[in-house]
Amino acid sequence: MFKNFFATRWGIVATGAVIGMLAAILQKLGNPGNMGICVACFERDISGALGLHRAGVVQYMRPEVMGFVIGSLIAAYVFKEFRPRGGSAPIVRFVLGIFAMIGALVFLGCPWRAMLRLGGGDLNAVVGLLGLVGGIWIGTIFFKNGYNLGRSQKAETSAGWILPLIMTGFLALPLIFPQVTGEAKSGVLFYSLKGPGAMHAPLFISLIIGIGIGFIAQRSRFCTMGAFRDLMLFKQTHLFSGVAALIVASFITNLILGQFHPGFAKQPVSHTMHIWNFAGMVLAGLAFALAGGCPGRQLFLSGEGDGDAAIFVMGMIVGAAFAHNFSLASSPKGVGPHGIAAVIIGLVVCVFIGATIRKKQ
Amino acid sequence: MSEMIDARGLSCPQPVLMFMEASKKTDKDEIVVWVDTDASKENVSRAAESKGWEVKNIQENNLEYQITLTRN
Repeated sequence: MFKNFFATRWGIVATGAVIGMLAAILQKLGNPGNMGICVACFERDISGALGLHRAGVVQYMRPEVMGFVIGSLIAAYVFKEFRPRGGSAPIVRFVLGIFAMIGALVFLGCPWRAMLRLGGGDLNAVVGLLGLVGGIWIGTIFFKNGYNLGRSQKAETSAGWILPLIMTGFLALPLIFPQVTGEAKSGVLFYSLKGPGAMHAPLFISLIIGIGIGFIAQRSRFCTMGAFRDLMLFKQTHLFSGVAALIVASFITNLILGQFHPGFAKQPVSHTMHIWNFAGMVLAGLAFALAGGCPGRQLFLSGEGDGDAAIFVMGMIVGAAFAHNFSLASSPKGVGPHGIAAVIIGLVVCVFIGATIRKKQ
Repeated sequence: MSEMIDARGLSCPQPVLMFMEASKKTDKDEIVVWVDTDASKENVSRAAESKGWEVKNIQENNLEYQITLTRN
């Protein structure tokens, strides 16, 4: 039997280290500050590129996200792990995706970016990571009390292909409608002329790095939420060693590339409202915990045919549209006009879901 | 007779939680966990080994796995 190296301790450490290093390199190649890879931010940019929201500074069809799904799909087929499945409380997962995104955009980053921000010296990330741990901790209480979204069912192969095909379609759009210098729109796609959405590494480099990460993350089951959940729920350090490696590798690479700037103030794409950095990530962490994976893991699961994870991904893309259309997302100036209300509503919804959904085994 | 846990179709962390709960409650020395993804297979095996159980056998059938665990 083929032993899966990536399922070992060294495998998960290698995955985290590769992600941390490549993220810092992607930043050097053009991606926004401390945002070499941010699954939430990049799905938000995709939402903007499609015009689902019209925040002009965050519109770009990020190839890393498509690469994650395609890389995972390739790994799943190579290692015979493609398992089309779905039907485990889809609407609940969709709503969790929406609020996970809203929480992440109040903090300005998903767990991946929180760690990359820390690796770049942004100390606000410590507050965000504490919030993340707090949210996941609330999730573990629900798990101990029987919270469970129920079983998925086996599905047809083509059902498992739907999100990978959507991502392939998304990838085709910037090839058909490439960015025109100085123009905010090309064909059906919106582009940013300034701001984080205007900062990106070359498309094919982003895509190839995305595919590579998708491949090894599918093999290793890398998950930034699971890292803390397993630590709290089972006292297991396996996944945690992956995120620790990510932080260390991004720190070292940033140091080498001259991208390490410690401090709280004036960090790239961040704000210093500690309470809402914390609370936004409590919401995101809880939503990720209840949905069973961080935003990256949801993309990798989608690539191996998990339709429930695919629904969560679509929830996050729609959540980004709500976040910007309703002025819920933060900016470097601080939280948006309705961000605080959204965090409170999100927490109420997530607690309702966590406290009331219990499937009998 | 061994204790049987059907964790098919359940996502993280349910299969591991079900094993943990069963391993505390049962007085049997063998638990069979039935899962349908490789991630669950690895997670359950890893958790069992860390709690002093041994993975005696993993039987694959129709893209599902029956993991036989024995108490050390």
